Amino acid sequence: MMKDCYINGIGCVSAQETTVDNDIENYQFLTERITHAHRPNYREFIKPTMIRRMSTGVKMGVVAASLALKEANLETPDAIISGTGLGCSIDSDKFLKKIVDNNEEFLTPTAFIQSTHNTVGAQVALGLGCNAYNVTYVHNALSFESAMIDAQLLLNEGESNVLFGGVDELGAYTTSLFDLIGHIKKEEVIENGILDSKTKGAIFSEGSQFFVLGDERSDSSYAKLVDVAVHNVLPKNEIEEKLVQFLSTNNLTIGDIDAVVLGTNGDVEFDGVYADLQESVFENTQQIYYKHLSGEYNTASAFGFWTACKILKTQSVPTNLKLNTVKSSSIRNVLLYNQYRSENHSFTLLSSC
Amino acid sequence: MSKGVAITGMGIISSIGNTVEENFQSLINKTPGISRIESIDTIHRDDIKVGEIKTSNQEFIQQLGLPDSNNYSRTALLAEVAVLEAVESAGIVDMNSCKTGLISATSVAGMDMTEKYYYSLFDETHNRKYITAHPAGDATTKIANRLGITDFVTTISTACSSSANAIMLGARMIKAGKLDRVIVGGADCLSKFTINGFKTLMILSDDNCKPFDADRTGLNLGEAAAFLVLESDEQVKKDNKKVLGYVSGYANANDAFHQTASSENGEGATLAMKKALKGANISADKIDYINAHGTATNNNDASESKAILRVFNDAIPSLSSTKAYTGHTLAAAAAIEAVYSILALQHATVFPNLNFKTTIPETNIVPVTEVLEKEIKHVLSNSFGFGGNCSTLIFSKA
Repeated sequence: MMKDCYINGIGCVSAQETTVDNDIENYQFLTERITHAHRPNYREFIKPTMIRRMSTGVKMGVVAASLALKEANLETPDAIISGTGLGCSIDSDKFLKKIVDNNEEFLTPTAFIQSTHNTVGAQVALGLGCNAYNVTYVHNALSFESAMIDAQLLLNEGESNVLFGGVDELGAYTTSLFDLIGHIKKEEVIENGILDSKTKGAIFSEGSQFFVLGDERSDSSYAKLVDVAVHNVLPKNEIEEKLVQFLSTNNLTIGDIDAVVLGTNGDVEFDGVYADLQESVFENTQQIYYKHLSGEYNTASAFGFWTACKILKTQSVPTNLKLNTVKSSSIRNVLLYNQYRSENHSFTLLSSC
Repeated sequence: MSKGVAITGMGIISSIGNTVEENFQSLINKTPGISRIESIDTIHRDDIKVGEIKTSNQEFIQQLGLPDSNNYSRTALLAEVAVLEAVESAGIVDMNSCKTGLISATSVAGMDMTEKYYYSLFDETHNRKYITAHPAGDATTKIANRLGITDFVTTISTACSSSANAIMLGARMIKAGKLDRVIVGGADCLSKFTINGFKTLMILSDDNCKPFDADRTGLNLGEAAAFLVLESDEQVKKDNKKVLGYVSGYANANDAFHQTASSENGEGATLAMKKALKGANISADKIDYINAHGTATNNNDASESKAILRVFNDAIPSLSSTKAYTGHTLAAAAAIEAVYSILALQHATVFPNLNFKTTIPETNIVPVTEVLEKEIKHVLSNSFGFGGNCSTLIFSKA
């Protein structure tokens, strides 16, 4: 039996203005093929001398982490666990370009030093002077979920407060590669955003979401993290079965789910798995999506998780997140399902507390 | 009382051998795998020495029976070679006979192909297949697919301590009852990216590296992969498995001092070693052999020595760094050194720290320089990385 784990603080940097008090209702549908994150006032969070040296991802991570810690009223966590699909792409791209363009000459170490995937976790630890457990997961669209699984495990091993989260940034070269092979839409999306696009690829963006997971409920608690399950491979015809199995291990059935948060990203090639669930098992369940507001990135599911936390706390679903008209009088159990290009499927269960 | 998490299989490929047995023979015959680089066209060819595996990608592709259309990076090729040996040695017949997971580690990932086809993949469509091989999760996904592991699959990247954290997570998942069996390890190939990165930091040696020597000149980069199979006690009992050794202690701490340098007093390393000993429930004097991180950089060896003195006081166990054999294989380092630690337990042998002559005066630690046979019950293995990541594993005799 897993111990109760509470989300006691949340922080988010994204394409929307998420670092200040701003209702989700005010968020705009993204339309561009590629949208950079909305820049918070970094000076409020990071020393000016440090800002210059940090790439976007590091800055976003440090801001999201400090927001989460502040909300949870926590100075130093018992662990810092990060997830990032592509790591520090910007500095990695920068160093790589110099190697290629200058034939390995005239290089300086700065970009290399900051190119390692664990830079965000390291900089958060450095900023806090935190000697605790520190790990970075880098498994594509399961990077954030891996961090979350580790966080839950640590609490069960006796830790009290763990900081975990996701971060991915848009490196120019890396992004151009995914554009080249059609992972990014070829055109802007308009009208109803990604839902009406009916084209291949997703709209790309970047962001960072961090959370404090604690073993005690507090005034700042948003929700209870119940369980997370991941599947590297999950054939289309087994998704429903695994989902039901996941719920049943947590003594729940589909009928107990008050809202399902889907990773629908507008890619006509891969959204079918969500549509199938929407039309079958979740026909009578309130359906929610978020990638039209966050864009797609390897750890975008952390943005979905962040919105789910807000929904559970406020007990209301913003209209711009709704995929259907089903309403539930109270929201107790929220299920998140995400996959990216038919790989790396995850089920995450949150409940009200 | 449980001795820890059982290790039932292992596989390795490094510059001192393509199998566990070849690695063992090189270790006891004092045969290092350090040479000039051949497979990568770098301007630093004559200024550095590396632990390069002399098998070409094409030969690996044939060995693994991959189609010509494959998009394996060298990291993925090395990973698959090592993981297949590990699975075979564990005698796994049906991968899905119990809840099996895979946790791999890398830092270079598919960078070898990205840097090779940096511009050409925009013009030549056939090289674009390597784009999806660029992210760190790709090699893990490939070996998961090869082995038929479908559920818990993940990848860790904490620079040079990466695979220690993969082994640690695997052991924790078994202990928590989340998995019955887990394959853990890591892989990194040589690349221009890392060669030039470490070159700009001025910590690459132009000669064979000399861990723990007062006149050490920096590290040799290497490439390698290694994997262990960990199984729960119930699973071991059920399948009547031979146990090679146990993962009995593990810890991860952060130095929180500098992005790349280790603190002078080795704070993170000290914490990691102390926590691992506490977790294993043994006192420091029970450690018979320390397989040190010992990269042969000025900073690491000084800082690690200080930390070892802080943990072991005056009673330093037999100690060596095997990096003079293999070079520093980054994210694979902790996994290959886990294999060496298990070999040390199995053969009651401490492997020598090659190229050592002069003691560092401030710390006065003298590593073992000849093959030393002695009873070994517990081995402590250190791995430290950029970002202050410090991890310690303790392996105990079966």
